Amino acid sequence: MPSSDTITSEVKPIAGDPEVNEALYSELGILPDEFEQIKGFLGRTPTFTELGVYSVMWSEHCSYKNSIALLKTLPREGDALLAKAGEENAGAVDIGGGLAVVFKIESHNHPSALEPYQGAATGVGGIHRDIFTMGARPLASLNSLRFGSLDNPRVRHLLDGVVRGIGDYGNCFGVPTVGGEVFFDECYTGNPLVNAMSVGVVKVDGMISATMEGIGNPIMIVGSKTGRDGIHGATFASVELSKESESQRSSVQVGDPFTEKLLLEASLEIIKEKLAVGMQDMGAAGITCSCAEMSAKGEVGVEIDIDKVPTREPGMSPYEILLSESQERMLLCVKAGNEERVREIFSKWELDSTIIGEVTDTGRFVVTSKGQVVSDIPSTTLALGGETPVYIRETKRPAYLDEAHALDIGELSQDLDWNETLLTMLASPNLADKGWVFHQYDSSVRSNTVVGPGSDAAVIRLKKTRKALAMATDCNARYCYLDPFEGTRIAVAESARNLVCSGAKPLAVTNCLNFGNPYKPEVYYTFKAAIEGMSDACSALGTPVTGGNVSFYNEDPQRKVFPTPVIGMVGLIDDVACVTTSWFKNEGDIIYVLGVSKNELGGTEFLKVIHNRTEGIPPRLNMEEELRLQKTLLSAIEKRLVRSAHDVSDGGLAVALTECCIGDRDNPLGAEVTLEKLDGLRVDGLLFGESQSRVIVSVAPEDHGDFYRLLTDANQEFSRVGVVGGQRMTITGIVDVALTDLSAKFYQSLPALAERMV
Amino acid sequence: MRVAVITFPGSNSDHDSYSAVKYCLQEEVDYIWHQDTDLSGYDCVILPGGFSYGDYLRSGAIARFSPIVSAVQKFVADGGFALGICNGFQVLTESAILPGALIRNRSIKFLGQWAYLRVENNTTPFTTRYQRHQVIRVPIAHGEGNFYVADGQLAEIEDNNRVVFRYCDKEGVVNDATNPNGSRNSIAGIVNAGGNVLGMMPHPERAADAILGSDDGLLLFESLRDSINKRAGEKTSGTVSAA
Repeated sequence: MPSSDTITSEVKPIAGDPEVNEALYSELGILPDEFEQIKGFLGRTPTFTELGVYSVMWSEHCSYKNSIALLKTLPREGDALLAKAGEENAGAVDIGGGLAVVFKIESHNHPSALEPYQGAATGVGGIHRDIFTMGARPLASLNSLRFGSLDNPRVRHLLDGVVRGIGDYGNCFGVPTVGGEVFFDECYTGNPLVNAMSVGVVKVDGMISATMEGIGNPIMIVGSKTGRDGIHGATFASVELSKESESQRSSVQVGDPFTEKLLLEASLEIIKEKLAVGMQDMGAAGITCSCAEMSAKGEVGVEIDIDKVPTREPGMSPYEILLSESQERMLLCVKAGNEERVREIFSKWELDSTIIGEVTDTGRFVVTSKGQVVSDIPSTTLALGGETPVYIRETKRPAYLDEAHALDIGELSQDLDWNETLLTMLASPNLADKGWVFHQYDSSVRSNTVVGPGSDAAVIRLKKTRKALAMATDCNARYCYLDPFEGTRIAVAESARNLVCSGAKPLAVTNCLNFGNPYKPEVYYTFKAAIEGMSDACSALGTPVTGGNVSFYNEDPQRKVFPTPVIGMVGLIDDVACVTTSWFKNEGDIIYVLGVSKNELGGTEFLKVIHNRTEGIPPRLNMEEELRLQKTLLSAIEKRLVRSAHDVSDGGLAVALTECCIGDRDNPLGAEVTLEKLDGLRVDGLLFGESQSRVIVSVAPEDHGDFYRLLTDANQEFSRVGVVGGQRMTITGIVDVALTDLSAKFYQSLPALAERMV
Repeated sequence: MRVAVITFPGSNSDHDSYSAVKYCLQEEVDYIWHQDTDLSGYDCVILPGGFSYGDYLRSGAIARFSPIVSAVQKFVADGGFALGICNGFQVLTESAILPGALIRNRSIKFLGQWAYLRVENNTTPFTTRYQRHQVIRVPIAHGEGNFYVADGQLAEIEDNNRVVFRYCDKEGVVNDATNPNGSRNSIAGIVNAGGNVLGMMPHPERAADAILGSDDGLLLFESLRDSINKRAGEKTSGTVSAA
């Protein structure tokens, strides 16, 4: 490691730069202590340009300064991991046959709150670049979206813009958007959450690292020209949204999916021909971040001439060019001698490629302009994992928890018409069909989509193999609000359960941790508890965390935004013929419920929709039961004994059963079910309670014996509840509704709510 | 049988057409770059789905000026088979190989979903393996798929039996409610007057493998192969008799 504490050059401020003082660094989000640290690293006062560089690199968004210490406590080890959390732009897992799956989820919440269309679009673009910068071709994307109530016209505007943004970007880029989740609650009114996940596949020997190696190797910037968009985007993402945020709209980048498509194809050609030693996309903090991180990773230095960067407009200062977050750009460390071939490939795809500097042995990130050094900083003081600040903040158990937990279910009236209640539940935008959203996405491009949006998990086959990948995102944020530890455990378990229901073995996790201001002890408490919950569940399920993203400062001046640790999970299916979907397939099939139903109404959709309360203790997860369920079910699916499998989650058993009946919209199939009511179980608890570790399964009559034996041999709790058939859904003595009525509510509610004109 | 799949820089369904021909139909297929002009040796050209040159202006509006589209014009004028799918259909109308235009969907929203199509004409080189009025299930994925054509031309297309597919429901009912994008007369695909060029918005190439939910689209490619083989047979026998 080159020494980083020697001053190697004379750095001169640029004429006209503002004076570096407390007012300036505070405005850029740097704390007094941090400023002293910077002076220590440099041995002098930083220039305005250098201060800008530190400001973005030490922003929460890039440095993870308030989260990294806790993130390092997550289980991050696994035999099949090829790129672990923090090592590369995304995690990579060996899936056999010389292939690896590369995947990651990332937030674009703040930009989307201000400019929903571009905010969401560039979120999608950014996460795909993280995947193909490793040499993997993105095969699918998912989104986890959260908005306020659709009664609010501003929320409808956000929903419309975000969905169009995701659709237009992904559809043009040519990667199918295959699933995800959409959730509505007032808490997200001013601060929607937009988390995008990309999943790609690469040959193990075709992966490339985000590093710089080989002193003298040229550094190239490729792709779009650099403009003034997105300057200080990373800093902007690291404070709470406020009235003033509106004036920072220029911090939102503008996306160009066509250019991204060209960049994808060109980059993959470069990697295939092994012309580069390292590559990193430019997202947050642009050129600065790529140069600092790649040189720190390679334990080298880098010197660039900022005047060589192709710009969209004349007169951009080094400060602006260094901090621009213009989209669709990459930084390449090319093997010397390959420059011409790299240029040829980029020019075939009609993209710029320009040598802007070279690898040095100084360990420093040096920027020159007009023959003058304008910034000279030791790389390791900028890059995550180096000498950036690390804080563990104070925690305090939130006061609201005790109050919310005080709910007495016994006080809730059960004087309800259960048919009507079910119909009301199905009309809730959280339970209703999300086709209005998903149909704006191309989910079939690339001809790999075996299961698109609408089942428990999406499934993508891998051409020329028997394998397929299942993927899902999950988080019940209401549970996390009421119990961040248990809620996060459940998010992990439910993701895994969704994959298992599709026939996949869960492999690994990526996470997107959406929380409030970490300097508030009550917020930090929920963050810490969520990390502990995730650790617990990921260890138990054997699904290591391969990386992800932390988004703090999700706050709304008027409300508490739920702590929302979104889990993205990928699973492997060895034989694509085992893929299972959630809806009933044939008349006469036998219906089972695996798992046990309890009076678990705390934090449920039922409590919110029918009683308008977000209270109580959310359902408990018994990990032993969960593991048994997943193992047993997967084994039954792999033995081809299961016709359909559907996780019981939001809305409980009655809603899950409805989804089994009408989930295949063109081919609805009814069910006649008798639910045995155990002692003390309330009707609302039975129908709408959200007890964990439950799955509705349908089995062909001829497989019934084998299936029954498999369950009893495994000591799996189950009940045989009824038979598939007819055009009504009947729960003996409680519910009896025609499927046409259920479908009307389920399929027509969201379009009506989303497209309300007033 | 040898098929050329045209790749514009923004094509994204070129892989779909390629793999339908290569893996599902098991025939020979090559990608042809948009700046190339040589189509000799190919029996059929596929203009695939995607966003040819970004299509920020209007779908296919720039593609019509590309070198390869001039070559395609000549190829089809000489009787070669051409299939334009989605963006390919848009390029074919923009370059006036097929009549009409594809305008924004009636809903002003992108539509990505399964669609049912009724086979209106099973005598074209692309549809002989279908039954007349057979209902098939294939995906659609477009923002600008609303087929518009003026009254006079519409009558000409209808009268000459050039409508190949119409949107319908599972039972084959064609009406306004089963028309996803507002296309005139629910038209999903048409052929040119010579019958050797088919343009359609739905994606048969994404429905050529049962594991993806439908292989109804494979019959289209099999029909095409039959037609190519038949033509080859005619040519051969023609050569023989002339000799």
